[in-house]
Amino acid sequence: MATTTQNNDIRRVLSVIVTNEDGVLSRISGLFAGRGYNIDSLTVAPVPKTDFSRLTIVTCGNEKVLEQIVKQLHKLIPTYKVIESGEFVEKEMALVKIPLDEDFNGLDAMLKAYNGTIANSGADFIVVMVADNAKRIDNFLQAINKYNPVDIVRSGSVAMDV
Amino acid sequence: MDLNGSQMVIEALRREDVKTVFGYPGGAIMNVYDEIYKQNDFEHILTRHEQAAIHAADGYARASGDVGVAFVTSGPGFTNAVTGLANAYIDSIPMVVISGQVPITMIGTDAFQEIDAVGISRPCVKHNYLVKDVKDLPRILKEAFYIARSGRPGPVHVDIPKDVTAQSAKFVYTESITMKTYKPTYKGNKRQIKKVVDAIADADKPILYIGGGAVNSNASELVREFAKVTGIPAVETLMARGVLGDDNPLLLGMVGMHGCYSANMGMSEADLMIAFGPRFDDRVTGKLSEFAKHAKVIHVDIDPSSIGKIVDIDYPIVGDLKNVLTDMLPLVKEKIDSKKYQSWRDLLKRYDEIHPLGYSDDKGNIKPQWVIARVGELLGDKAIISTDVGQHQMWTAQFYPFSRPRQFVTSGGLGTMGFGFPAAIGVKKAKPEKISINISGDGSILMNIQELMTAYESKIPVINIILNNGYLGMVRQWQTFFYDKRYASTDLSGAQPDFVKLAESFGGLGFRVETKEEFDEALEKAVKSNVVCMIDVNVDRLEDVLPMVPAGGTLYNMILEHKG
Repeated sequence: MATTTQNNDIRRVLSVIVTNEDGVLSRISGLFAGRGYNIDSLTVAPVPKTDFSRLTIVTCGNEKVLEQIVKQLHKLIPTYKVIESGEFVEKEMALVKIPLDEDFNGLDAMLKAYNGTIANSGADFIVVMVADNAKRIDNFLQAINKYNPVDIVRSGSVAMDV
Repeated sequence: MDLNGSQMVIEALRREDVKTVFGYPGGAIMNVYDEIYKQNDFEHILTRHEQAAIHAADGYARASGDVGVAFVTSGPGFTNAVTGLANAYIDSIPMVVISGQVPITMIGTDAFQEIDAVGISRPCVKHNYLVKDVKDLPRILKEAFYIARSGRPGPVHVDIPKDVTAQSAKFVYTESITMKTYKPTYKGNKRQIKKVVDAIADADKPILYIGGGAVNSNASELVREFAKVTGIPAVETLMARGVLGDDNPLLLGMVGMHGCYSANMGMSEADLMIAFGPRFDDRVTGKLSEFAKHAKVIHVDIDPSSIGKIVDIDYPIVGDLKNVLTDMLPLVKEKIDSKKYQSWRDLLKRYDEIHPLGYSDDKGNIKPQWVIARVGELLGDKAIISTDVGQHQMWTAQFYPFSRPRQFVTSGGLGTMGFGFPAAIGVKKAKPEKISINISGDGSILMNIQELMTAYESKIPVINIILNNGYLGMVRQWQTFFYDKRYASTDLSGAQPDFVKLAESFGGLGFRVETKEEFDEALEKAVKSNVVCMIDVNVDRLEDVLPMVPAGGTLYNMILEHKG
């Protein structure tokens, strides 16, 4: 899954399977920091019924940089697999907190369009939740601005190869 | 069998056939030292600084090809070791370094002599471990040695909390090991090897670019055969000196910033570059856009991340050079006619005649290059040469007649001043039958001078030859060339120790040398003395390392003359 952004940087989703052990996340983040690679988002969770964890890293760079990122990830001893190509289902979640005194006209239709729901409703705010690919989350967050949200939380992408 | 953590360390070293370790004790590692005291399987050399322990283990590994082993304690013991780890990492030297750590119960409390050791060592090592459960320790030690010596070699750091060194568990140490997540590629792709041989057969001006991987792979015999069969002229990197042997007619010399003219011209004009285990360091390539501009590039390396990192590669082969050459040689013999490259060889020979590597000797002043060439004449293959970092290092690489790999022990990637003396101590322990020489400068030698005590106490007769020009010479040279002779903090002549008395105060022998005759005499005495020596040679102060490619310059555009 690769799309080109400005200055020839290519956005890429990497799914990295690593041994689930102490310090593995800092090995990965240290690699990116030490070699000057970008991390746009990073999520990590154990792979059920195994000793592995899966990291989903969204990064960008030119072809040469991306090739090095993959090779350097492979070089780390706890790395089992780096999945970089092929088809991914990519999803990201966002939570948006909106004051209750906003005019919610059209909100339902917007949530529907982005697979969204109202996750919580309190005395002063509602919290809406959407899950979609990162590009569409961008669009959603653009659109939701009209309700003057007071807080937005994005999860970073998770991806599964299909 | 149940062992405590400290006994496990000793037992693992015994099973790995470790004969010598270097180290420095302290609070957190004391349990391990107590077990070292009780055993007779290996010798422990007490250095006088942790950095020196790591460099000594490094020198031991470089000279022998075995895994070097060192022990340090927590906190400052470990932080002192970091330079040594980084140095070994960038030069791909197999090493296992075991550090003590505060007890697990105290980790994270800023306890006495506590530091996040694995956090610090992470970017400086091939892999590291913090041992949290004594049950894991045998496996971790096994993996540490396996990772250090397999694939692209490198240092592995094992940090063991003090309570773990006291707790007991079952000791299971398997003969062999496989790791799910770590499987180096040793065999080169056969089809790719065939393609490479075809590319060589098609080339008119091929050049062999030999790097440190040829040493690590113990492939020098095969590389020599490859060169001989094909007749392809060759260059060596700093790390590969000795692979082809000084008297090899195909060897143009060292390549890069201080490489010789014909080697750098060969690299610049070749139409095919055959890279055996180098890593395209910036000190070799110079300006990348001009590097190998006319050449297709073949790169054989065991580390996939090395391939294509700096320079685009037309024919990548991932594998151990030894295996790749074993597969490649029969095809080479069948398809390649060495006569094809005769005119190319002639051209490069012509370049060498125009600008040969040399220096103008002087009756009065001793030239530093003369000292190195003279050591080569007198000791040749009988010596293993370590160096520190600077002008003396480059002159050694240029002028010593290295006849085999592992004869030259030098800090290539990190450029660590202070490496040479402790490394030479490690060299002597690995190869006691050889004369261990450290060629140094009056700057570098002071960076681990305390090792005079180690060498004296442990009866390790290293000969330090100090090319004393009263300058931090390499920096001074750059100041001459690029900073209009503003010698900021590089003139050391105003304050120097008396190196003779210094050596003597540690129990060694010191010699001051002002003439060539005195040098011969001092070296002879030093070789016979069997004690640590310092030969302080007063050399021409303003000699430059030439030729030179300025940093970022192009290989074919070399400074060939003194700036005066």
